[in-house]
Amino acid sequence: MSNAVLKVENLQTHFFTKAGVVKSVDDVSFEIGRGKIMGLVGESGSGKSVSGFSIMGLVDPPGRIVGGRILFHGQDLVGLPEAEMRKIRGRRIAMIFQDPMMTLNPVLRIDTQMIETIQAHEKVDHETARQRSRDALGQVGIPSPEERLSAYPHQFSGGMRQRVAIAIALLHKPELIIADEPTTALDVTIQAQILYEMQKLVAEQNMGLIWVTHDLSVVAGLADELCVMYAGRIVERGPVGQIVDDPIHPYTKGLIGSVPSRNPRGQPLTQIPGMAPTPIDLPPGCPFRPRCARADAACETTPPVEEHRPGRFARCFHPHLEDAA
Amino acid sequence: MTAATPIVEMKDVSKRFVRRLDLASRIVNRLGGTLRDEVVHAVDTVNMTIAEGEVVGLVGESGCGKSTLGRVVAGIHEASSGSLHYKGVDVSTLTGAAAREVQLKVQMIFQDPMSSLNPRLRVEQIVGEAPQVHGIVARGELSDYVDEMLLRVGLDPIYKKRYPHQFSGGQRQRIGIARALSVKPDFLVCDEAVAALDVSIQAQVLNLFMKLRADFNLTYLFISHDLGVVEHLSDRVVIMYLGRVVESAPTGELFEAPNHPYTQALLAEVPRLESQRRVFVPIKGEIPSPLNPPSGCHFHPRCPHAHARCKAEVPALKEIAPGRFSACHLNDAA
Ligand SMILES: Nc1ncnc2c1ncn2[C@@H]1O[C@H](COP(=O)(O)OP(=O)(O)OP(=O)(O)O)[C@@H](O)[C@H]1O
Ligand SMILES: Nc1ncnc2c1ncn2[C@@H]1O[C@H](COP(=O)(O)OP(=O)(O)OP(=O)(O)O)[C@@H](O)[C@H]1O
Ligand code: SF4
Ligand code: SF4
Ligand SMILES: [Mg+2]
Ligand SMILES: [Mg+2]
Repeated sequence: MSNAVLKVENLQTHFFTKAGVVKSVDDVSFEIGRGKIMGLVGESGSGKSVSGFSIMGLVDPPGRIVGGRILFHGQDLVGLPEAEMRKIRGRRIAMIFQDPMMTLNPVLRIDTQMIETIQAHEKVDHETARQRSRDALGQVGIPSPEERLSAYPHQFSGGMRQRVAIAIALLHKPELIIADEPTTALDVTIQAQILYEMQKLVAEQNMGLIWVTHDLSVVAGLADELCVMYAGRIVERGPVGQIVDDPIHPYTKGLIGSVPSRNPRGQPLTQIPGMAPTPIDLPPGCPFRPRCARADAACETTPPVEEHRPGRFARCFHPHLEDAA
Repeated sequence: MTAATPIVEMKDVSKRFVRRLDLASRIVNRLGGTLRDEVVHAVDTVNMTIAEGEVVGLVGESGCGKSTLGRVVAGIHEASSGSLHYKGVDVSTLTGAAAREVQLKVQMIFQDPMSSLNPRLRVEQIVGEAPQVHGIVARGELSDYVDEMLLRVGLDPIYKKRYPHQFSGGQRQRIGIARALSVKPDFLVCDEAVAALDVSIQAQVLNLFMKLRADFNLTYLFISHDLGVVEHLSDRVVIMYLGRVVESAPTGELFEAPNHPYTQALLAEVPRLESQRRVFVPIKGEIPSPLNPPSGCHFHPRCPHAHARCKAEVPALKEIAPGRFSACHLNDAA
């Protein structure tokens, strides 16, 4: 446990809007070790991106971290002065976004951007920085990196652009990378190339990786640990294989059951009725209640996180423990 | 195999788009440049038949021409060459009422329900407009008819006075489906119809598609980049690569034993819910530009089995076993 890169404890990030308080992240806890990949899965609006932004110190008003701690190698990032945070952000913790143009500047050549990024944190000469940029492009599988260095972002395909954004994120050999749906917009063939590179890099550089996605199938083959989010909370957490084979939380069970390949071809898919709530002024209790077949009066209070089996956490009063192997 | 007339048949259908030069390029030309309009062969000599009641899945990488082909089938685009037959009749020969009739029988459902629904119309207008205009339902019965359509897609008719933005993504997709069903089609082209939906909502909408098919004997051309969805829903799968059909086979056979090297590579990439941690071994190379596709077999720069002939000669789509078609020179060797 002491080798955790990041330990998030009871994190709460709320947005204070005119319509009410949006509890985008509400009492979220997890940790991630070096050389490990954690999948953060959930439907749209469940709070995945806001979790990532909170760790990066990028939550803007009307949003605010209202509780909890974010321990990076034991140092709490919550409330850290911006000057301190800037030394960590981009250098020791990096983020990759769904849209690579969040990282890339359209009017600057790739080498200019990469060299600037390096020199922002380190005192190295131009030639060394350029050398490192070229190596970084090669590392993420960009062919003829020397020539590509002098190109502009629009001269790359979407998949290539995302790779450049990943290369930039890797420039400082960060200890933690948060990847927010970086392959969602890409074709499976290109996605597989990027997953391949990421998997290799995590192992080689012994960094922690948080992979945010709404697609369980992607993280099933990639991650070690899984966190399933629903309406701002992590409802289930544990080793990926165990969760996929034997989910404990009714929501996770429904989600896995609704994946087409889990159903006989042509037969109706198992489906979760209803839809996810917007986390505005949620009533107390389990937010999954209206969609849950197991809900009863107990669920009108908020279920605590409990370790139901070693390493298997869930937030539910009536977890699926009966079919334990 | 059977003598029944297919509901839809495409014969050598091609669709080309011309990308006109932009102003900057025209100025370059004035100064002595030699830039020309670019032609994209979005759909290149496609032959396909779809039997009544069949669900055909159409798969391929971004830009390979799936949507364009779907639009040709739905009559939104006219083919640049080749012919489209509906129940045995060449649609280009139809005029007036007969042409309109075919137009209504084939409906299209889009990925983004928000952009395909008029935001200023109430749900009842969105769903009721076409059947009224086309005289499918009498004015006095319209309200009941709209209720029936909404119920059919699992929406409560009490919401029919609302506007599209007052619904969730999954509900909007249902509105789009209700609108398509309102003209009593028998063929639906679904273009990434569940791609924008969350997993749990996606399952609901897929179940709706399957139920409607059973209830109304609908035929589908189901376009999706999600092979898991296609595998679940389709009777037959057609794989496209850069405008051409490279393989077509019954779903089970395709997934068990893909013939074309591209299909093999594509299936190997599909993320699956298997719990084992896997090592990704991707196809090499980028998707080539459709403006300047590789010669011969378009797949040759990425194909592990490419040989001299592949660069020079376009492989024909041939029947390699009953009901199975593939376009690869390797099939000639044996
Ligand atoms: N600036 C903001 N102001 C108000 N509410 C916000 C703001 N940013 C996010 N939220 C709300 O916080 C919740 C969580 O949003 P978040 O972006 O983290 O979701 P997500 O899980 O990343 O979803 P997606 O899969 O769609 O990216 C949503 O209900 C969202 O509307
Ligand atoms: N109206 C148009 N004008 C010019 N080019 C077009 C037009 N529509 C499509 N194209 C081009 O035709 C090719 C095929 O596009 P199409 O949209 O059919 O692909 P697709 O397989 O549906 O891709 P995606 O998976 O991204 O939706 C692309 O190169 C595209 O840029
Ligand atoms: S706490 Fe109750 S409502 Fe929530 S998931 Fe568990 S059983 Fe269902
Ligand atoms: S024709 Fe040649 S290049 Fe094309 S798929 Fe077959 S072996 Fe590969
Ligand atoms: Mg997000
Ligand atoms: Mg398309």
